[in-house]
Amino acid sequence: MPDGKTEKLVIIGNGMAPGRMLEHLFEQAPGQFDVTIFNAEPRVNYDRIMLSPVLSGEKTYEDIIIHGDAWYETHGVTLHRGEKIVSIDRTNRTVTSQNGITVAYDRLVIATGSNPFIIPVPGHTLPGVVAYRDLDDVGAMLAAAEMGGDAIVIGGGLLGLEAAAGLKARGMNVTVLHVMPNLMERQLDPAAGYLLQKALEDRGIKVICKANTKAILGDGKVEAVELDDGRTIPASLVVMAVGIRPSVQLAKEAGLAVNRGIVVDDGMLTSDGHIMALGECAEVGGQVYGLVAPLYEMARIAAAHLAGNKTPAFKHSDTPTKLKVTGIDLYSLGDFAEGPDREEIVLRDATAGIYKRLVIKDNRIIGTVLYGETADGAWFNDLKKKQTDISEMRDTLIFGQAYQGGSPLDPMAAVAALPDDAEICGCNGVCKGKITSTITGKGLTSLDEVRAHTKASASCGSCTGLVEQLMTLTLGDKYNPATVTPMCTCTDLGHDDVRRLIKAKGLKSIPAVMQELEWKTSCGCAKCRPALNYYLVCDWPDEYADDYQSRFINERVHANIQKDGTYSVVPRMWGGVTNAKELRAIADVVDKFQIPMVKVTGGQRIDLLGVEKEDLPAVWADLGQAGFISGQAYAKGLRTVKTCVGSDWCRFGTQDSTGLGIRIEKFMWGSWTPAKLKLAVSGCPRNCAEATCKDIGVICVDSGFEIHFAGAAGLDIKGTDVLGLVKTEDEALEVIVALTQMYREQARYLERIYKWAKRIGHDEIRRQILGDVERRKAFYDRFVFSQKFAQVDPWSERVSGKDKHEFKPMATVGYGEAAE
Amino acid sequence: MNWTDIGHIDDIPLRGARCVKTPGLTIAVFRTSENEVFAIENRCPHKAGPLSEGIVHGKSVTCPLHNWVISLENGMAQGADEGEVQTFEIRNDNGALSILLKAPMMVAAE
Repeated sequence: MPDGKTEKLVIIGNGMAPGRMLEHLFEQAPGQFDVTIFNAEPRVNYDRIMLSPVLSGEKTYEDIIIHGDAWYETHGVTLHRGEKIVSIDRTNRTVTSQNGITVAYDRLVIATGSNPFIIPVPGHTLPGVVAYRDLDDVGAMLAAAEMGGDAIVIGGGLLGLEAAAGLKARGMNVTVLHVMPNLMERQLDPAAGYLLQKALEDRGIKVICKANTKAILGDGKVEAVELDDGRTIPASLVVMAVGIRPSVQLAKEAGLAVNRGIVVDDGMLTSDGHIMALGECAEVGGQVYGLVAPLYEMARIAAAHLAGNKTPAFKHSDTPTKLKVTGIDLYSLGDFAEGPDREEIVLRDATAGIYKRLVIKDNRIIGTVLYGETADGAWFNDLKKKQTDISEMRDTLIFGQAYQGGSPLDPMAAVAALPDDAEICGCNGVCKGKITSTITGKGLTSLDEVRAHTKASASCGSCTGLVEQLMTLTLGDKYNPATVTPMCTCTDLGHDDVRRLIKAKGLKSIPAVMQELEWKTSCGCAKCRPALNYYLVCDWPDEYADDYQSRFINERVHANIQKDGTYSVVPRMWGGVTNAKELRAIADVVDKFQIPMVKVTGGQRIDLLGVEKEDLPAVWADLGQAGFISGQAYAKGLRTVKTCVGSDWCRFGTQDSTGLGIRIEKFMWGSWTPAKLKLAVSGCPRNCAEATCKDIGVICVDSGFEIHFAGAAGLDIKGTDVLGLVKTEDEALEVIVALTQMYREQARYLERIYKWAKRIGHDEIRRQILGDVERRKAFYDRFVFSQKFAQVDPWSERVSGKDKHEFKPMATVGYGEAAE
Repeated sequence: MNWTDIGHIDDIPLRGARCVKTPGLTIAVFRTSENEVFAIENRCPHKAGPLSEGIVHGKSVTCPLHNWVISLENGMAQGADEGEVQTFEIRNDNGALSILLKAPMMVAAE
């Protein structure tokens, strides 16, 4: 800055490109500008590439925020959220928003991005027709998905297919309509397009190519889509993902040079010397861009020019395309049209679903399509970029880097062999040397640190594997990849992936899961089988047949195994309340079976310890006579609801805590959960039921019921957080049940509620359970549905003879023939 | 040494186990998902957990007390754990099972 004065920089738009520009700018010229941003969306800057994982449920909004509130504060940026700029006054150098805020600028950056193209067929304005551009669109799709039913995605390109996979993962019937003969025709050749279509169809997504949409039908809302050929396909949701158009209206009205996009030079300057443009709205060298890598390149150049360095200039380069649909590996780069001066090398492996094609011109790679196995993408990209003469390795080129020069068949060796300037992260343009030198220079040891310092793998995440390999190479044993811990040694998949795939692929038995997810063992192990059994019970309560042999012994014999092989038996006492008849029955059982120890538990129950396994059915039969059912003190499921005596007795009690506890327990007993679930209800803030260290707790107050969650008093000690305050018992029950169901559906097996909540975020849980009434209702309804199948007393079942082999030896031998 | 009938393979659930009681010790008889049968002592070398109550996977069982994994074929503890349980020969004759008992495990009829 020549005269040392702060200049006013105003930015219209708060997407990824201007966000990245500011990061560079604050690094290169801190304090040079006083920055004001106008964002038409009511939010901070988030990672738009990650909308698909949000849609499919793999990520939440919080996960994809790039700049949180604190970032704007730290850098003194004024962010106007939900303020759309409606005019630019170039003479007086001001901009004005729709609500009348006028701000003067010295330098203006237009980053208005693009608008989704909506095909103007009849019915395109019906409610239920959405685009796929921002978080509001994702919100609309998720709301539709919760109702279930049929969805149609118009457009078989990158975005359309990611939307389709996401909606399918959310349980909708999805049909993709694509006007061209094969999917993603701009990035894929017909063969790879076919494989992709097949893979999508295998997941239950219908694909119709050469489909011309004639009209969207419906009375007041979307009901169906009609095609040119007369076919009508029912749908309650239509997603238009047919392309984007640079958003140039504002620039045009201001009289700037506009072609397809806002015309800028290779320094991002528009036809007005005070105004720059970048991102999807900008046209440079006659091209507009939609992928993140060139947009970030624009951001880098714009920042340099703003900071006073006019040397960097934007140059076009091809960007690889990757589809972010879990389980489908696809990579495409450059030019792969056929031509007389071109040759191609093709490798197909039908059984493995692999297709690779290299397009060669003058012994140089000009295009690459990889499907099914994409590990060599970075290497091919590097050969292409450097225009390496490949004639020496032509015969083995297609097999990939590991096959060249006799180097071993090891992915690690392949990464080790990459040159320092090989690009690892395409989104952020980070090369290998930058990553390895930053790891060494800054002493980084975790993936998150590498992401923070280098930006590698920080956008779409598809290069995470490569980055991790680099970390292993650089750090050796010091690096423990912690991103995805596999469930067990039977699979490379983590719990979250397995849970998601069970839903997405509709897997309804343990053998189906193992087959489809390519388990490495024939019948799993003691770690994965109980987890899978729980996930299936939770996801398909009406259809899944519980696998007895995949349950731990306690859940098989419905008692707790003790160190000497005897069992402990805990009858259910609702809310911890009992009476003389029940106590007498317990006393009789203790006498009759000579039970050596009777103890009161921490959950307000009576525990009978030292029962022989063979005696269990008889003990249960006697307890059942007195009206007891299993207390499920052994279950990864609802255990106990502790209560205090509440307003019936206590002079401090504000509500009937005992009654509410009993009501909750009667509603929720029998439900299986990822780990044990213990609740408590206290009648006043003195908290005699110790509700504030429970998985879920209630503190009754005069004005209603304070719902607490995510406490712990075991290996970890942790007080609960308040979820919220509700007025009535009915509401308290609904909130507790919905929270339990959310936990049941999302947590990893054996993960207590406080660990899950920490991972998901307490605010996110509040948003879904308290902020979103429809979602809460849906959770509640799913819990109620699953209880229809869960509330069966396991003790009376076994008294009636179920699993009777379990309680008797197979034979007694060796006592001699006449020993009777 | 004596082959002793213990019952039929269908008495044991797939990927499950049943116990055979003898005067000296209890034997756990396992049936794998592949329908193979194995007999080992029902006592984990670690802390004497009842192996018959464990989860059966492949040709191994995981002890219900502390998750030691024991090979059904040779009775050896797997992985980093060290220990061994006694194994018994078992015969499957069209589903009729018998095990080979050693003399000290028998007592004479009174």
